[in-house]
This record gives sequence, structure tokens and C-alpha cells, in this order.
Amino acid sequence: MSDTTQTFQNLAPSAGAKFRQRTLPILIFAAILFAIPMTGPSRTFYTIAHQMGINIVFALSYNMILGKGGLLSFGHAVYFGLGGYLAMHAMNWIEAGSGIWGAVPVFFLPLVGFAGGALAGAIIGWPSCRKAGTTFAMISLGVAELIFAAAFMFDSFFGGEQGISGDRMNGYEMFNLSLGPIDEVYWFIAFWTVVGVIGMWAFTRTPLGKLSEATRDNAQRVQFIGYNPQRVRYLVFIFAGGFAGLAGGMAAVNYEIFTPDALSLVPSGFVLIMAYVGGITYFVGPIFGAILLTYMQSMLSDFTEAWLLYLGVLFIAIVMFAPRGIAGIVFGFFDGLRGDNPGRFLGRWLMRLAGILLMLTGLIVLVEISVRWSNGYGEVYEPFGLHLDITSVLSWVLVILPAVAGVWLTRFASKEEDGQ
Amino acid sequence: MTSALSLKGLNKSFGPASIINDVSLDIAPGERHAIIGPNGAGKSTLFNLISGLYTPTSGTVSLNDEVISGLPAHEINKKGLSRSFQVSNIFTNMTVRENVRCGVLHSLGQGYAFWKNIGSNKAVQEKTWEVLEHCALTDKANVPAALLPYADQRALEIAITIAGGADVILLDEPTAGMSNTETARAVDLIRRATEGKTLLIVEHDMGVIFDLADRISVLVYGEIIATDKPEGIRGNAAVREAYLGDEALPEEVA
Repeated sequence: MSDTTQTFQNLAPSAGAKFRQRTLPILIFAAILFAIPMTGPSRTFYTIAHQMGINIVFALSYNMILGKGGLLSFGHAVYFGLGGYLAMHAMNWIEAGSGIWGAVPVFFLPLVGFAGGALAGAIIGWPSCRKAGTTFAMISLGVAELIFAAAFMFDSFFGGEQGISGDRMNGYEMFNLSLGPIDEVYWFIAFWTVVGVIGMWAFTRTPLGKLSEATRDNAQRVQFIGYNPQRVRYLVFIFAGGFAGLAGGMAAVNYEIFTPDALSLVPSGFVLIMAYVGGITYFVGPIFGAILLTYMQSMLSDFTEAWLLYLGVLFIAIVMFAPRGIAGIVFGFFDGLRGDNPGRFLGRWLMRLAGILLMLTGLIVLVEISVRWSNGYGEVYEPFGLHLDITSVLSWVLVILPAVAGVWLTRFASKEEDGQ
Repeated sequence: MTSALSLKGLNKSFGPASIINDVSLDIAPGERHAIIGPNGAGKSTLFNLISGLYTPTSGTVSLNDEVISGLPAHEINKKGLSRSFQVSNIFTNMTVRENVRCGVLHSLGQGYAFWKNIGSNKAVQEKTWEVLEHCALTDKANVPAALLPYADQRALEIAITIAGGADVILLDEPTAGMSNTETARAVDLIRRATEGKTLLIVEHDMGVIFDLADRISVLVYGEIIATDKPEGIRGNAAVREAYLGDEALPEEVA
């Protein structure tokens, strides 16, 4: 018997590997969140960090159905929005102090958001989870349009175009946090980000989480191990809605306002891009995606008005050339370094990186010149003191030369790879 | 009389095309029963009818004297009937261990639980290991299923099929596309894995059939033209004419 015990445990990763791969990353993540306020960050930093936290939870919840469940949804912001709206109303109930709401701390509003998102998932998922694939995707799109349209009809709940606003500095102060100053809100966001990440990670380790992956891989076979794939999808969908609602609750407290835009197709598309760019085959992928895209959204838009164009290019490039996303690139890099010939791998990798940077240079010059020319204000793109007019030869040299060189370099790197 | 699996007047038509015609068959508990027949005879359709993938146009399927036809496939599976597929039908993005683990979940009462850690349930780990060892897959436990060699994918297919502990096992061409040595190993695996269970098997390899089966049914154009012990089938003139043509049944089976 002890022999059997020994052998069957050997099949699972060792305790050390489990700690390295599972516990340690979460500890590091929590430690980083804990250390951030000690660096005395600026208000801007806090604002972006809070948005990142919200988006991390939102993107991870989306990946519960996309990456782990194999369901492509175009309407995930519906659950974010409905959860957020419910939390927003609850915030106002707390302010009114009526009934039990007087005793509820604002700090726990994300749980109200979770309940709202899960409830919405339970209602909307009932018809839509019966089918996977294209049918599911189309229904999700229809539902998103429907809820967005409804948001302008039911003013008492959605507040019309102005939305619903509230004041988070009411009710019982949990952990002595008044949630007034931005650095106190930080702890609120950090706490719920960690709760969301751990909660969704734990979900992947449950029987239902594993069945979700099995249903994604092969729904037919799931029937022949005694499970109803529709029911698996439905339950997973409720949880994904719940965690999206949790993110909505975080957003409600952070911004103190919710408008119908929060459940439109725009955030639904953005969460898809965050999850996909980050890498949907990895649990951490959407975290990477949320951090990068939130940063791009906040910072890049200050640098260039064409940032949405760059976002689109990034998305298409990832879909076409790196379908495993940023996480795939990062883990692939470390796997390559541990491989048979790290020197050769690193050489090719750097060559490819250089190629991509060159192509990017050509693209940036082209886009920036074009945008200014199209605006018609006579503005000229002047990076590093250069004067890049649309008529100057130098401009076009800087578009074509790097682009051609970049394409050549990346193809050369790929050829090297095939040749070995 | 009790039979593990009983088909009564089973019919299946797709529009005007009648694929299965009035098939009746009783399989005793513990019997190893084979179904043979030319391509397009309706063998796979018959399996789909029994396992609940299709609903019969008329007639019934009973498992341990309980009518199961009309139930959804997962309900039939819960009642103790499990099947494999002709093409490998596995969870490709999961490891071999995870594949089998999914297969054992239901029989160990894990349900759709979202409050349990799958890794900390001892019964689940132990049963998973048992099935893997049974199917000689322990050394490939952490390989992603998609990267398995073909023969091992077929073994995994059988492993998932038996993992839930069903009493009635349906195997659809388990040795298709295998080399001779692989086939011998697969037959050995099937024999061990279905010990004490009722087996219904569709197979093209006559060597395998005559080696393994207690009784054989011959299905031609959706009808069973003969059901008999292997010797009886070998000597049956109608079978020779309808099914085998010039291809002779193996006269001697080791």
C-alpha cells in the first residue's frame, strides 16, 4: 500500500515544483503590490495602477471562458457593467444607511459586484451556453447590444447617459481605510486584485475547472465520462460573470461612477484584446495583457493620437505571429535559454527583436507623418530634432529602409531556424 | 432473464435512408461480444444509438434491464455504459494524467464541484494512477495528450473509457491503424481492462475478433444476419456469402 501511495504521488509535480510554479509567483505578485506604495508613487501612477488591477481581474475572468472554456464572447463587459452598476447602487444604499446596508462596509462592494455579475451570468448564460462555437459568439454579441440598448431605456437602474454616481466615503471603515485619499484606495484595489487572482487560480484546480478545460478540448467526449457539457459551460459562465462583476465592483468604488458605456461593445472588445495579447493559453497571460494594454491606453494616448492604430497592429501581429501571446513569448524565451543551444537561440532571438524594432520604426514614421498630414494643420513630425515632412525624401527613406531591413532580418532569423 | 445489454427491434433512419433495421441482440453480463460487418453496414451508427449519441427511430436499448434509449449520453454513461471512439477522442491540450483524471471524477462522486481541490483528493489520485498503470501509461503521465504516439493515444482512449468503472464497455475499432505488435499489445490491454465486464467491440481485424470474442454478430446493411460463437460464424454459409466474399475467415486462430 505504501508502495502504491509512493508511486501515484510521483505522477503529480513534486512539492518543490508546485511551490515554484504556483505559490511563489503569487507571493511575488503580492510582494510587488505591497512594495509599490513604499516607493512614493505619483497620483498618475496610482490612477494607472488601479485601472491595471481592475483590468487584471476583468481579463482573467474573460479568460475563464475564452482560454479555459473555449467560448468566444463579444459581450463580457455586460457582466462587468451589471456587477458594477449593482455595486454602485449598493454604495448609495450604504450612504442612505437604510436597513442592513448601513452596516456594510464599502470595502466589500466587490462582493456585491460578484453577486450581480454571477446573477447576470446565470440568467443570460441559461440560453446562451446551450451551444458553443459560433452560435455562442453570436448570442453574446446580441446580448451585449441588447443590454447596452436597455441601459438607455431603464433610467432608474442605469441612470441614462450620466450614469449612476456615488460617494465611497460612507459607512463602516474597514481596516481603518476611509477610502478617501488615493493611496487608501490603493489598498482596496490591491486586496481585491489578489483575491480575484487567487480565486480564479484556485478555480482552475477544482473538478469543475478541469472539466471546463476538458469541455473546451472535446465536448463530445465529456458526455462519455458522465458529464453534461452544457452544464459545465453554464456553471463556468456564471463564475466568469461573477469575477467580471467583482472587477466591476472594484471599478465602482475606484471611479464612483458607472455609465452605460461600461457595458458597451468597446470594453467587451478591449477585454478580448487584453486576454488575447497577453496569451489565453496561460493563466498569467491576461495579467500581462491587462498591464501592458492599460499602460498603452493611459500613456501611449498622451504621446500619439494614433495609439488605437498601434493597438490594432499589436493585436493583429499577436494573432498572426505569436498566437500564444506575450506569456508565450516570455516563457518561450526562458525555455529557449534552457534548451540545447542557448547561444544560438539567443542570437536568433535578438536578430528577430532587432527586425521587429526596425519594422516598428518604419511603421511609426509612416503613421506619425500620415496622421499629421491628414490633420491638415501643417504640423510636422519631429523626432530627435529631425524634420520629417511628408514631401521630404528623408521621411520616406526612414519609412522604407527600416521596414525592408526589418522584414529581411526576421525572415533571415526564421530561415536559420528552419535550416537547423 | 437478465442481460447486461439488450437491443429490441432497434431502427434508425436518417430521412428516407434506413441505416439500422430491426436489430435485436441480448448480451449476457461478462460476455465479450463482437460486431463485424463490411464498411457502411451501420456498426458505428449502432454504437451511437446504444451510447446515446443518436436517438433510435423506434425500438429500445436496455442496460441491466433498464431502458436507456432516449436518455442523454451523459446520463447513460452515469448508469455504467462507457464507450471509446474510432478516431482518438481525447482531451488534446491536457496531459495524459489529466485526461484520465477527468475520466475518474464522476465515478468518485466529484460532480461539478468548484469548492474542492482536484489535487488533494486521494481517491482521485489513486484511481488515476491505477488506470494509468493498467494501460501502461504511467511513464507518459505528464505528456500532453496531443504529443502521444498514435498507439498510445489509442491506449489513452481505452484508459478514459474504463476510467469511470463502467460495467459495460463499447470499443469502436480499438486496433485500427496499428502495427501487428501494437495490436497484440492492445488486445492484451483490452483483455485485462475488461476483465469481468461486458464488452461490445467493433473491429475489422478478424484475428483480434476470433481471439477475443465469446460471440460474434454479423451486421450487413443495418441488419444482423447471424449471431453465433466464433466457430459457428466461421462455418456460416450466409455470412461467407454476404460479408466475406472471396476473403476467407481465418481458419485457425491461435
